Amino acid sequence: MTTSTTSNAGEHQSGEAPALLLAEFDTPAVLVRAAEALRDAGYKQFDTHSPFPIHGMDAAMGLGDSKLGWIVFPIGLLGTTIGFSMIHWMNNIDYPLIIGGKPASVASLPSMIPVMFELTILLSAFAAVFGMLHLNRLPRHHHPIFNSERFSSFSNDKFFISVEATDAKWNEGAIRALLAPLHPTHVELVFDDEEGGDDAVHSTLSEGHAS
Amino acid sequence: MSSWNLPIKELDETPLVGEGTTFRSITETVCRVTEHKAPRAWWVAFLIAISFTGIMTLSIGYLFWTGVGVWGNNAPVYWAWDITNFVWWIGIGHAGTLISAVLFLFRQKWRTAINRFSEAMTIFAVICALIFPGIHVGRAWYAYYMLPIPNEMAIWPNFKSPLLWDVFAVSTYFTVSTMFWLVGLIPDFATLRDRATTKIRRVVYGALAVGWRGSNRHWQNYERAYLLLAALSTPLVLSVHSVVSFDFATSLMPGWHTTIFPPYFVAGAVFSGFAMVMTLMLITRAVYGMRSLVTLKHLELMNKIILTTGSLVGYAYAMEFFIAWYGGNDYERFLFVENRLKGPMAWSYWIMIGCNVLSPQVFWFKKLRTSIPVMFVVSILVNIGMWFERFVIIVTSLYRDFVPSSWGSFRPTLVDIFTYAGTLGLFFTAFLLFIRWIPMIAIAEVKGVLPEADPHHHDDSHGAHDTHSHQPATVGAE
Repeated sequence: MTTSTTSNAGEHQSGEAPALLLAEFDTPAVLVRAAEALRDAGYKQFDTHSPFPIHGMDAAMGLGDSKLGWIVFPIGLLGTTIGFSMIHWMNNIDYPLIIGGKPASVASLPSMIPVMFELTILLSAFAAVFGMLHLNRLPRHHHPIFNSERFSSFSNDKFFISVEATDAKWNEGAIRALLAPLHPTHVELVFDDEEGGDDAVHSTLSEGHAS
Repeated sequence: MSSWNLPIKELDETPLVGEGTTFRSITETVCRVTEHKAPRAWWVAFLIAISFTGIMTLSIGYLFWTGVGVWGNNAPVYWAWDITNFVWWIGIGHAGTLISAVLFLFRQKWRTAINRFSEAMTIFAVICALIFPGIHVGRAWYAYYMLPIPNEMAIWPNFKSPLLWDVFAVSTYFTVSTMFWLVGLIPDFATLRDRATTKIRRVVYGALAVGWRGSNRHWQNYERAYLLLAALSTPLVLSVHSVVSFDFATSLMPGWHTTIFPPYFVAGAVFSGFAMVMTLMLITRAVYGMRSLVTLKHLELMNKIILTTGSLVGYAYAMEFFIAWYGGNDYERFLFVENRLKGPMAWSYWIMIGCNVLSPQVFWFKKLRTSIPVMFVVSILVNIGMWFERFVIIVTSLYRDFVPSSWGSFRPTLVDIFTYAGTLGLFFTAFLLFIRWIPMIAIAEVKGVLPEADPHHHDDSHGAHDTHSHQPATVGAE
């Protein structure tokens, strides 16, 4: 474990509680093990941060399946229904059009299929994108994790695990002890900052200092 | 974890990136293009492209001011370059979706190097395509009649018309492709945000990255959304060119009225799109030094697809002739033999055969398939050939049909040529801006196919093949 401290460490130590504990690793393999360790120790509110999705991480974190399909499927069906109702009302009821000898009724269903299909795809795609953003609570303007100066390398080549202080089992010393055998390259406490500024990074490395 | 996101063993374990590529080097290689000053070649290309865009704007302005008479379209050739260009551009777009969606579903990991690039191409090609149906209606300010919105005539669009299906198919295609592209860009915008050195870059890329923090809880939904979009785009892309082909196939024109059109159009679309990806990729890869990410293996695989789809198209050409003979319709037989093989416009048919059917056959030979100059020339020829395919379908079917007294001919005007060349300018303007400001290779996805990205990489190798020198953490933990 490397050690580094920032000059303003301790500024918030007296009054404020940390938002989360952030540990940095070099490889996805160790990150998976760290997630397994936290899962087995009963932590719930923890997350991993990686430049790309890591195979097997869902199981390592003990996550269930994504619920996105449950959003997309009904909205896709809604698209089919809207397509059918729109064509049926416009061409068969409001202003019946008989074209090419095809009746202005549901009997002309084959010619309705292409537009019904396209609207199914269109609404499903909207549901997939906006459903994903909704499940992820994105767009999000501010998150305490960005107060860490090192965190920006999550989108480059580093792998992070964060445990939120609101976790029922939150115990900073225990988490550090749990992660220590995996040799994180850096461990820090991250504090939230109401102003969203960049001065709230605190690296605390000795166990005594952190309590 | 369900089976869809399990790692897939590659058929052969050739690495998909060049020697010595690391997570960090991928970030560097891709991001630095958007962070450094554009090379001189970029400015030269951009000025040329934007000049052509200006020519397009003037041509379209002149068209609106005067009417469609400024084009060479006439009776009986009511559709000419306008719809040829429309179908050509839409077809080019299809390769992007094929690479991003179909190859994703087939777990073709090599697609990661080229998917961003070709998805961008899709979007810009569809923009160019959408211009033509919009302006060819003559009075473009009535183009909104194509949409089901209430109007002063109290009449609705005719949903039995394939032209209306086209409106829905192409606009859905554009919307879904754009969303797919933007979703794929979120993690890469986050990379640019985290590297930003100026406030404006931090704000702009920060907004585009929507607060992405690489969280696995997010990746889970993100990957599912990506899978769903791929699964939705696959039938969509097949439907789009099928519907485009319905514009012809549902008519009674000899040469158009054939059931082979939907699969034949889709194969042709993929064919021309891959050729366009190849042309653009070869230039960009050389100019920006992306050879470690887009390797010769990628190019060879693309050439195999060009060979396959080119042969499919060749089969379709042959089958059209067989059906014209076997079907026993005199007009159809006349069209294929007298209007296409022979006759005043036979030259366009033979350009099409030469470029589309014959030129890709060189890819049967590995030496030629892996030769950059050969693939560059063939990709250009295929682009030309596929433009002529649409020209042949449209013009040689229309100019001499049932009654000889109504025969005519077709000659493009300067405005035709300027408008077409102008859309090429628009395409390249958008493309150059994309290359300048947006990561042109999907950073997160390429990282995900590195051997090091597999969490079992080190377990399998027991540290023996460990190429990393900076990580005692793994070894220590074992």
